[in-house]
Amino acid sequence: MTINQISVFIENKPGKLAEFTDILSKNNIDMRAMSIAETPDFGVMRIIVNDSYNAACVIREAGYVFSITPVLAVAIPDEPGSLGQILNIMGKGEVNLEYLYAFTAPKKDWAYMVFRVQDNEKAIEVLSKNGVKLLDQAELDRLFA
Amino acid sequence: MERYYQPEIECASREQILAWQNERLVKQVKYVYDRVPYYRKKMEEKGVTPADVTSVADLHKLPFLTKADLRDAYPYGLCAVPISQAVRIQSTSGTTGRRVVAFYTQHDLDLWEDCCARAIMAAGGTKDDVVHVSYGYGLFTGGAGLHGGSHKVGSLTLPMSSGNTDRQIQFMCDLGSTILCCTPSYAAYLSESINERGLKDQIHLKAGIFGAEAWTEEMRRDIEKGLGIKAYDIYGLTEISGPGVAFECSAQGGMHINEDHFIAEIIDPVTEEVLPEGEKGELVFTCITKEAFPLLRYRTRDICVLKREKCACGRTHVKMSKPMGRSDDMLIIKGVNVFPSQIETILLNKGYAANYQLIVDRVNNSDTLEVQVEMTPEMFSDSVSEVTAKEKELVNAMKAMLGIYAKVRLVAPKSIARSEGKAVRVIDKRKLY
Ligand SMILES: [Zn+2]
Repeated sequence: MTINQISVFIENKPGKLAEFTDILSKNNIDMRAMSIAETPDFGVMRIIVNDSYNAACVIREAGYVFSITPVLAVAIPDEPGSLGQILNIMGKGEVNLEYLYAFTAPKKDWAYMVFRVQDNEKAIEVLSKNGVKLLDQAELDRLFA
Repeated sequence: MERYYQPEIECASREQILAWQNERLVKQVKYVYDRVPYYRKKMEEKGVTPADVTSVADLHKLPFLTKADLRDAYPYGLCAVPISQAVRIQSTSGTTGRRVVAFYTQHDLDLWEDCCARAIMAAGGTKDDVVHVSYGYGLFTGGAGLHGGSHKVGSLTLPMSSGNTDRQIQFMCDLGSTILCCTPSYAAYLSESINERGLKDQIHLKAGIFGAEAWTEEMRRDIEKGLGIKAYDIYGLTEISGPGVAFECSAQGGMHINEDHFIAEIIDPVTEEVLPEGEKGELVFTCITKEAFPLLRYRTRDICVLKREKCACGRTHVKMSKPMGRSDDMLIIKGVNVFPSQIETILLNKGYAANYQLIVDRVNNSDTLEVQVEMTPEMFSDSVSEVTAKEKELVNAMKAMLGIYAKVRLVAPKSIARSEGKAVRVIDKRKLY
């Protein structure tokens, strides 16, 4: 019930981000979700793509330092308070959240979140028990079909 | 009017200086041969005996000493007197394995302080002056040397040591300091602070004696203007005694080497041949009067030129130019000796690839060091806080090893410039030489 996130080390210099995204587009890699965490010197670009194996090969070939992390993708109703509800569920279930970010898909009434937690197994158990809808890679791909 | 501490020595004829050197060198070589087994062995390996050295003209026959010898012989191997006769230890700021430890008898301290007294009087100092010593006290030779020299001149000595700029300025204003002794970068910083606070008309400085790091003519002009003083250069190294091995006079065109104590040579750092007068090369010193730590033909690694032309100040001792570079890869950053290999060791210990680049710069007259390290998959994480924690660990390790703060910048793999396949390890933007 996890999906693969690719995290890439990008120097915080003009043009570096464009250089990276150009490589993805040239190789027909579609980004489903993306977020950047940055410091004054560097950024960590986190992406979820259509074909993570192919993307990893391309990124390695281009000489980037990267890692692959299983993360959770969650569909939540696109209405006020729904993110808060999930966060409360995770808090009560003592799931340690490292970071999260949102993405959209061409499907009305739903919003999507990526959660990076310390313990995926535990988070999946807590969320499923509380009726939260988790997406796997196939479901994610169908959203963009 | 030019003032001298020991005019009969400082203005002696060339013949007289050479006569002193000949006599003292011959005696010193025998003294070292008899008392320092480490050097005796070096002489034997080269097939030289004390009898082969009958004048300065024979100096080239003697083996060299380098920092590596100091390391091999650490701590007492080059000390020529028993502990009972030595009275002082001084040391450099260098780190483990690179640290120089030097010994002094009372006689050695006296001659060292005499040299500093000559420097202070050359800068116009008299017993009526208040000498403000902002060099560090302790193991570092800066504080002790100028402090002792100031005593010899009979000046009122203010042993401020380094740091605490507020207090420095307050003492300077309240007590009417007239001669400032510190590193040029600290002088520039003091100048800025004094002017920022609008206190320039409250200070009474007339001269400054600045050394222990490289500085430019431009920096000299800035400091002179900012503090309303004349700024004098001073040169020295712990191995030879400390500051005052050479000092600048009113002519401000090179530093007179105290040739009655130290014989200077210029050699080609590669062939080790002695170069003709006036040529640029590595400065080598032979101590001819010291008792406890009498290094012969010590290679300073400083590149400079010796000038024997007549000086307007009346002194007759040879003048050395400001060092124009180094013949090894040592960097002096914030007055601290830094070798790129030390940084390499830290990186390897911490699991990084040894692909790095040091960027040294001077910002607002203060040195900065940035260590660029190429990111590796092992060090990387999708969590920024994990990466910055590793970065912090590296900063702390460098602080512990080098004694100074270095900024760490993680860069992309293969982004460090390589020329002919070899990475350029050091980029020094300071333009000091
Ligand atoms: Zn002179």
